[in-house]
Amino acid sequence: MTRRQRQRLLRGALYASAVLVVLALVAVADWELLRRNFLDVDIAAEMFPDVLLVAARNTILYTALAFTFGLALGLVLALMRLSSIAPYRWFATAYIEVFRGLPALLTIFLVGFGIPIAFQTRWPVLAQITLGLGIVAAAYMAETIRAGIEAVPRGQMEAARSLGMSRGRAMASIVIPQGFRIIVPPLTNELVLLIKDTSLLFVLGTTPATKELTKFGRDVLTSRANATPLIVVGAVYLLITIPLTQVVAVLERRNARSR
Amino acid sequence: MSAVPAIRVEGLQKSFGANHVLRGIDFRVDVGEVVCVIGPSGSGKSTLLRCVNRLEEADDGSILIEGEDIRDPDADVDLLRSRIGMVFQSFNLFPHLSVLRNLTIAQRRVRRRGRDEADRVARENLARVGLAEKADAYPAHLSGGQQQRVAIARALSMEPDMMLFDEPTSALDPELVGEVLAVMRDLARDGMTMMIVTHEMGFAREVADRVVFMDGGVVVEEGPPDRVLGDPAHERTRRFLQMVR
Repeated sequence: MTRRQRQRLLRGALYASAVLVVLALVAVADWELLRRNFLDVDIAAEMFPDVLLVAARNTILYTALAFTFGLALGLVLALMRLSSIAPYRWFATAYIEVFRGLPALLTIFLVGFGIPIAFQTRWPVLAQITLGLGIVAAAYMAETIRAGIEAVPRGQMEAARSLGMSRGRAMASIVIPQGFRIIVPPLTNELVLLIKDTSLLFVLGTTPATKELTKFGRDVLTSRANATPLIVVGAVYLLITIPLTQVVAVLERRNARSR
Repeated sequence: MSAVPAIRVEGLQKSFGANHVLRGIDFRVDVGEVVCVIGPSGSGKSTLLRCVNRLEEADDGSILIEGEDIRDPDADVDLLRSRIGMVFQSFNLFPHLSVLRNLTIAQRRVRRRGRDEADRVARENLARVGLAEKADAYPAHLSGGQQQRVAIARALSMEPDMMLFDEPTSALDPELVGEVLAVMRDLARDGMTMMIVTHEMGFAREVADRVVFMDGGVVVEEGPPDRVLGDPAHERTRRFLQMVR
């Protein structure tokens, strides 16, 4: 037998055994029980339309608010990290290290408990959500934005300055727009992570009107003692994230063509 | 012609770490004059040019732009720079903006011109460099020679008092050098004050009013192109000219 033939035989045996294992698992599994617990059509039907009109809507709203706030704060932090003023750099570095290092759940907790104590008043729930998630998102996005700005060739800043633009003007008109084009893929990634992180917001306490997808699904799961709601909200998450990443991919291709 | 030189440099010193790049440069460009700076790589000629509009900070010495000290901490550097056009070796067009926007953005943001006026000035200057039909193209779709001509038009759109050229043809394929030099030749003929760091000896001989030869961070000699390039007084100049020929 040649070396090639031996390799082909070995690979064939591997595939065959993998197929056998899968078939065995499928044969052994109790499909009726699985169907009853995970794909109960009645329970799934009951979740509509609220799973879309309330829960999905809230997930998208919270993501949009936190992303906008996180992006703005992240940009400020990125510029501070690139600043020639040392205390700005120290602050930004400390911020990024702390909030990247803490679990997001912990930060959201701290915001939820900290604000009422600090200001003797409860902030609107949307403000807490934006702040809690946005603080964490900003830490990640700051590093991404900094990398984008640093990836813009130095000659761009020099050309802008040579035309009489101030440093800030050159940043705003020339460097930052190019930096953002570079970081569209990682920013999309962070947006998708953020969509999923909205599932942590339950720790701030929810009312029926403020539930996001995961909390909504878990509540139905508890009341009906059935796991079908998890499958339904899972599908809704994918319904949001997959079109989003596809749209970004199209934008990116168009962007690549123009330069 | 004004008595105050467009550029006057005295006693300029500049180091990058332990590397002493400029060792006391005295240099001037009069209004309407075309000065070509030549010399081997590492001689400090690009650094000198970049110090003139303070893209590089000099360590010591004075740099007067039309009599104003650009190194003065109170000087409005942005305003001074807007009067000094600069053309880079690597073009440095803004890739995210169309050619027209490349030419209007500083007019609008720095000069505070309205859209119509900025567009008009931009199109005039595009026509001047022979690229009127490229207004809506993006830089990536232009050849190197076209990009450099757009870069020249961009600098001209600020209506500067003088132009600095930092090896404007060094990054170009040989067949594209001519079109850029032709634009520069027209500019010189129109009376633009120009400081040009270049390796194009033929161009220097033809266009320059004065040629400055630098080596090792000092000006070795300067004078009319025929004398400096044809009959140099210094051995170093002679050796350099033999090497580039």
